[in-house]
Amino acid sequence: MTNTTNTTRFQGGVSRRAVLAGAGGLAAAATVTGFPNILRAQDKSLKVGVYGGYFKESFDKHVFPEFTKATGIAVESVAEPTGEAWLVQLEQAARARQAPADVSMMSQVAMLKGMSADLWAPLDLGKMPNTANVLPHLVNKYPDGRVAGIGAVSWFITLVTNTQSYPQAPASWAALWDPANKGKLGLMALVSNSFLLEVAAATHFGGTKHLDTEAGQLDCFKKLAELKDNVNLWYRDEAQFEAALKSGEIPMGQYYHDVTGLAVADGQPVRSTFPKEGGINDSGSWAVTRASTKLDLAHVYIDYMSQPSVQALLSRKVGTAPTIPRAKTDLTDAEFGAVSSEIAPIVPRYDMYQTKADWLNEKWTEMIVG
Amino acid sequence: MIRRPPRTLAEHAPILFPALMLIVFFVIPFGLMIAVSFFRRVQGGFYEPDFVLANYERFLSAFFGNVLSFSLMLAGLVAVVAVAIAFPFTYRLVRLPHPAQVRWLVFLLSVLSLSEVIIGFAWSTLLSRTAGITNLLVAVGLMEAPQSLSPGFGALLAGLVYQAFPYTVLVLYPALARFDFSLMEAARTLGSSPARAFFTVLVPALRNTIVGTVIMAFVFALGSYLLPQLLGRPQHWTLSVLITDQAIYQSNMPFAAAMAVFLVLVSLALVGLALILGRREGSQ
Repeated sequence: MTNTTNTTRFQGGVSRRAVLAGAGGLAAAATVTGFPNILRAQDKSLKVGVYGGYFKESFDKHVFPEFTKATGIAVESVAEPTGEAWLVQLEQAARARQAPADVSMMSQVAMLKGMSADLWAPLDLGKMPNTANVLPHLVNKYPDGRVAGIGAVSWFITLVTNTQSYPQAPASWAALWDPANKGKLGLMALVSNSFLLEVAAATHFGGTKHLDTEAGQLDCFKKLAELKDNVNLWYRDEAQFEAALKSGEIPMGQYYHDVTGLAVADGQPVRSTFPKEGGINDSGSWAVTRASTKLDLAHVYIDYMSQPSVQALLSRKVGTAPTIPRAKTDLTDAEFGAVSSEIAPIVPRYDMYQTKADWLNEKWTEMIVG
Repeated sequence: MIRRPPRTLAEHAPILFPALMLIVFFVIPFGLMIAVSFFRRVQGGFYEPDFVLANYERFLSAFFGNVLSFSLMLAGLVAVVAVAIAFPFTYRLVRLPHPAQVRWLVFLLSVLSLSEVIIGFAWSTLLSRTAGITNLLVAVGLMEAPQSLSPGFGALLAGLVYQAFPYTVLVLYPALARFDFSLMEAARTLGSSPARAFFTVLVPALRNTIVGTVIMAFVFALGSYLLPQLLGRPQHWTLSVLITDQAIYQSNMPFAAAMAVFLVLVSLALVGLALILGRREGSQ
């Protein structure tokens, strides 16, 4: 880039030969002095995929500029769709040796599916000292021990209510089954994002361990079929439920703790409650597609994001829970309470969604449609 | 104008471009979809090239049969209701003075610019308990308490008909505008009532247009996958919704492709049947 600008500037009246000589000299000077940084700057950019909308906005505004300032690596953020659409796109692109994003934030089910197709480039923990902070269960590993992904952010799905319709906050997920709540619930429409099987197991069968066997899974399906009458809306579109919750049209349901917190901050009559069985703790991991040629920069990026200070920044600005132990961050009680809870969470049975994906999906669809 | 069929390459040339576009943008993608529908699904992963019938087998169950028949029934109902409203509407429209016609057509075209998402959200608000029309009914004393009408079958039908209506009017408009209304006057002078003239003169004369419009609205409603999610309950989800689920959320392309191929074949068969029946009756 330096060369081109200088060439154009010198062009008027100077012979082509002189310009070439000058440019050559400049390039030589550049290699000797401090210029290489400028020359390399154009290569030091990384395409990062984060969920589109509110998530991406917060990252663009509060996180990526800080990262560029600290490392000199420019970030080009890519809005990725939720669900597994992005995984499908990454995989199709990797087959053509293309990388629509170098690093992507992936949900746990998508991480596992990508691992089974060997989509994620193995990461070197040695190059990322800060990842030692990350909670061990949030480090994704291939069966042979190679690292496929590092916990990026974690979030909670909780029991949300409209405060005008429910002056008293419900204390347990059992409220979903309460006959008094007929026609009042909004629940997520997919088995692999609602995690209601886990909720049923934790509420009625003593824990998600009950989902180990097919008989246990069928128990939970049966239990969930009982709450169908209470459900007004099975939503795929978050905005639809959020609007209905705020207006009181659908006064109860499951929703993201972070977004509900933002609505509360806006003065909306809603609240998010961690039920006594725990909120559903889901998380996103940073993973690098095998088609990316920027694995080195990706290591720098993931290392940066795993620092306690950055994890705290994410909690404050994006509203996600840290993927490192709270004690390592400087989050205050209030700040931590806004994004998490001391109640032990319900951790989704990701293994189940990989090994029995199609069976679960079919049972689920038949359950809610039938 | 060449009256005889084209023979040389040069005479065929004008058709080459559309043919090429059709091949590139329809035949090839559809062929790929058929190919993928025979691929082998790798559970918890993606898919591998293969030739298996499992995707079609999985589809042949009572559950998917019900969903398919519901989708066809819904699309048929939407088409019939939309045309039943649009035909009399267009009949009135073409008899209006020209400036008024233009205003109506511009209005209808502007409705077309609304996205499915906006239509879905607007109807769900309109039919909601907290802000919907039942509040008006309560205000005038026709109802006891406001009620939620969405999600539900009525809401879904309303949304789909609303979306199909402008298309139906725009397709019916040219045929009705060209219609020779002196035929209606002749029927009236011969003593038939306005309703009788409408049904025995106008409707039969435009039968082919009406059948064509119904088919268009049917195909249009069959592909709808967003409104059933926004305005319907799970039992109102169409096959298109389940295809989306498989393709986007379950990354099960082979199964999604098999369902889509099946849906295309069934709707082609129904359209063909309607055309054959129409022609046979027409020739009698």
